[in-house]
Amino acid sequence: MDHAGEAVQLMWFSNGFRHGVHPPDSKELTAAVSVRRMPYPKEIVLPLRQHAGKPAVPIVKPGDRVERGDTIAEPDGWVSVPIHASAAGTVRSIDWWPHPDGTVAETVLLEVDEFSPQVARPRLVPRWEGLSPQESVEAVRQAGVVGLGGAAFPTHVKLLPPEGVEVSTLLVNAAECEPYLTTDHRIMVDYADRVHFGIRVMMNALGVERAVIGVERNKPDAIERLRATAPDDLDVTVEPLTVKYPQGYEKMLIKSVLGQDVPTGKLPLHVGVVVQNVGSIAAIAEVFETGLPLIERVVTVTGPGVARPSNLIVPVGAKLRDVLDFCDGLVGDVTEIVFGGPMMGVSQPDLDAPIIKGTTGIVVLTREESRPRHRYPCIQCGRCLDACPVFLNPSLLGRLAQAGRYEEMVDEHLDTCMLCGCCSYVCPSNIPLSQMFSLSKAAVRKHATRAA
Amino acid sequence: MGAQGTDPRLHLTPSPHLKAPVSTPRIMWTVTASLVPVVAVATYYFGPSVLLVVGAATLGAVSTERVFGPSASLGDGSGALTGLLLGITLPPGLPIWMAFLGGAFGVGFGKLVFGGLGQNVFNPALLGRAFLQAAFPAALTTWPAATESWWGLGDSTLALPFTSPAPDAVTGATPLGLMKFESTSTPTWDLMVGQTGGSIGETAGLVILLCGAYLAARNYLNWRAPVGIFATVALASGLLFMIDSARYPSPAFALFSGGLMLGAVYMATDPVTSPVTNRGVWIFSVGVGILVVTIRSWGGLPEGVMYAILLMNALTPFINRATQPRPFGAEPTRTRPAGGPG
Repeated sequence: MDHAGEAVQLMWFSNGFRHGVHPPDSKELTAAVSVRRMPYPKEIVLPLRQHAGKPAVPIVKPGDRVERGDTIAEPDGWVSVPIHASAAGTVRSIDWWPHPDGTVAETVLLEVDEFSPQVARPRLVPRWEGLSPQESVEAVRQAGVVGLGGAAFPTHVKLLPPEGVEVSTLLVNAAECEPYLTTDHRIMVDYADRVHFGIRVMMNALGVERAVIGVERNKPDAIERLRATAPDDLDVTVEPLTVKYPQGYEKMLIKSVLGQDVPTGKLPLHVGVVVQNVGSIAAIAEVFETGLPLIERVVTVTGPGVARPSNLIVPVGAKLRDVLDFCDGLVGDVTEIVFGGPMMGVSQPDLDAPIIKGTTGIVVLTREESRPRHRYPCIQCGRCLDACPVFLNPSLLGRLAQAGRYEEMVDEHLDTCMLCGCCSYVCPSNIPLSQMFSLSKAAVRKHATRAA
Repeated sequence: MGAQGTDPRLHLTPSPHLKAPVSTPRIMWTVTASLVPVVAVATYYFGPSVLLVVGAATLGAVSTERVFGPSASLGDGSGALTGLLLGITLPPGLPIWMAFLGGAFGVGFGKLVFGGLGQNVFNPALLGRAFLQAAFPAALTTWPAATESWWGLGDSTLALPFTSPAPDAVTGATPLGLMKFESTSTPTWDLMVGQTGGSIGETAGLVILLCGAYLAARNYLNWRAPVGIFATVALASGLLFMIDSARYPSPAFALFSGGLMLGAVYMATDPVTSPVTNRGVWIFSVGVGILVVTIRSWGGLPEGVMYAILLMNALTPFINRATQPRPFGAEPTRTRPAGGPG
């Protein structure tokens, strides 16, 4: 396609993924609250499994003293990253501990030095200019950087595309389509220069000429700030996007910004695109600015049930309890605390669960938002079909799931489902479709493993 | 361990943790409430017997749901809605015991035997009416004239169960009957405001249209169904009208006469028995429209909306099958695994 044609296509298909839902975005609680740092808690708990891929392997033992930024666990294989101490202190134990995904996981428990100034050891700051792509990737890997948008996929894996794959565009995911969350929003407003520096490093590592930042229109100050601070010597554009869930899903974002469909089962690389969350970009920038690994992140603490909604820099491994205390605790009839956004996030049973690398936010809901709802039979109203951003028939899939007919679900493209929850959100009969599909996927995987 | 950290107040629910403000009972009860103006207009024209007939049909439906339905299923509102919908398809002077029986049949055999709400193939209200039409053809085609004494209930309305007295002295024919058997047209405005003989809910096209527009605006019904039916009927009858304007009615007459408005707005939009895909709804509505015009023009009956919708109800599973959406990122042509009916 020639360039003129491509430009026309871009104009026509901009902001153009179809379907999706419009939950109230509720971001006003924290949208204007600047990021501030939370003080170090008395204890830090660091699960060895904080990223997609194999858990890290601990290299410390109880009684060891560690400084802030020291490596405490090494990666296990390529799709794995190290874990670093987020505060100076003493390793108390390595034991099972409540994990934010609802299970328990092997976890390093650190007793934080009460009087430590929490200054990291002198470090060698990697110079990004002149680094080969491999060296940049290794620096990112050693810093333990993962996708900070929630999935926590190791960033270095995305930075090293397989041989023969041509990458043309770095797409920065700053849609932040989940209601309530303002993590990415505040990073863009408060750390716009850092975002642009991270983009520069990434473009260098990937060898791409073009970067596009996709931001939903409900963050006009972020769009303005990024545009005002954009460098002159790079092709970096900011693309305002329709406010619609799930605008921030990789494939939806690519459709909206570049007008391209990524085929089922294929990665964005298939269409020459690498997608990175804006928070991860800022984290990469920090690696090349200070030499510090990923040991803290921005977390939105919000919802009607929290006394002082905030955007905080939280040390990775801080307990939910301590973060809530810093926000003056809970108010009202709190029924549910969710890690992540309310559309995809996981309910927390345990106030001792830690904030991990992939925790985008803490949303405290009250009885008003999360009251139990009676389930009715499916009346085939078709709302779920109109909501599904990947054009499935959730109504049919739901009936099949109910009957345990998983093989037929595979025929009906269960693998295309990305569990965004739009179908459950709109279902007037309160059928937990998204959860049923999650369980069905697990059943299909189990069956496949057994057959293999 | 962190067991002591567990807070008993905290709920654990699957995501998403937010919910769109719509529920199945809310849809059902809103549709039910939207029928109040329709019943009110009919009462204005035909007198209190309307309320008795509608009430009896609703009572028949609701009591059957209560006795044979799953526990607490009355709350979802679908039983009451079936009864009410059936009621407004009936002639105003129908003996109320028949209306009661129709409501009971519609819910019992139209819905509950299939497994309750969401499982039935046919529109329960229309099935109830089809049953009545088969069982009591004379009573179902006796139309009191709208001009009769308003308070007069007549002997027929309050007839004892299992009796069916001779119709009252003055009975009016429906516009479609006049058209079919006497080739007499009725002024369109009279049809629109309900100045004609006919079933309780089929005489005031404008009111039904307004109520339907309200429901469509709130997304409580799929606007494609009525729009598709209206367009098809207008087109098909317009074509016939152009061929022979003496024999066939004008499109305006076709749209506003008989049960077309009622059927298109309230019956063809029943989500359970119409296709779930939007493309399917278009096919469904075109099918209904063609069947309506076919039955009215060449069938033995003056009206065909009921049978047209019931026939398309039967085709709905096949339409669904044929109009599955193509998933995002899938190959342009779907390949089904060989073998098996799919």
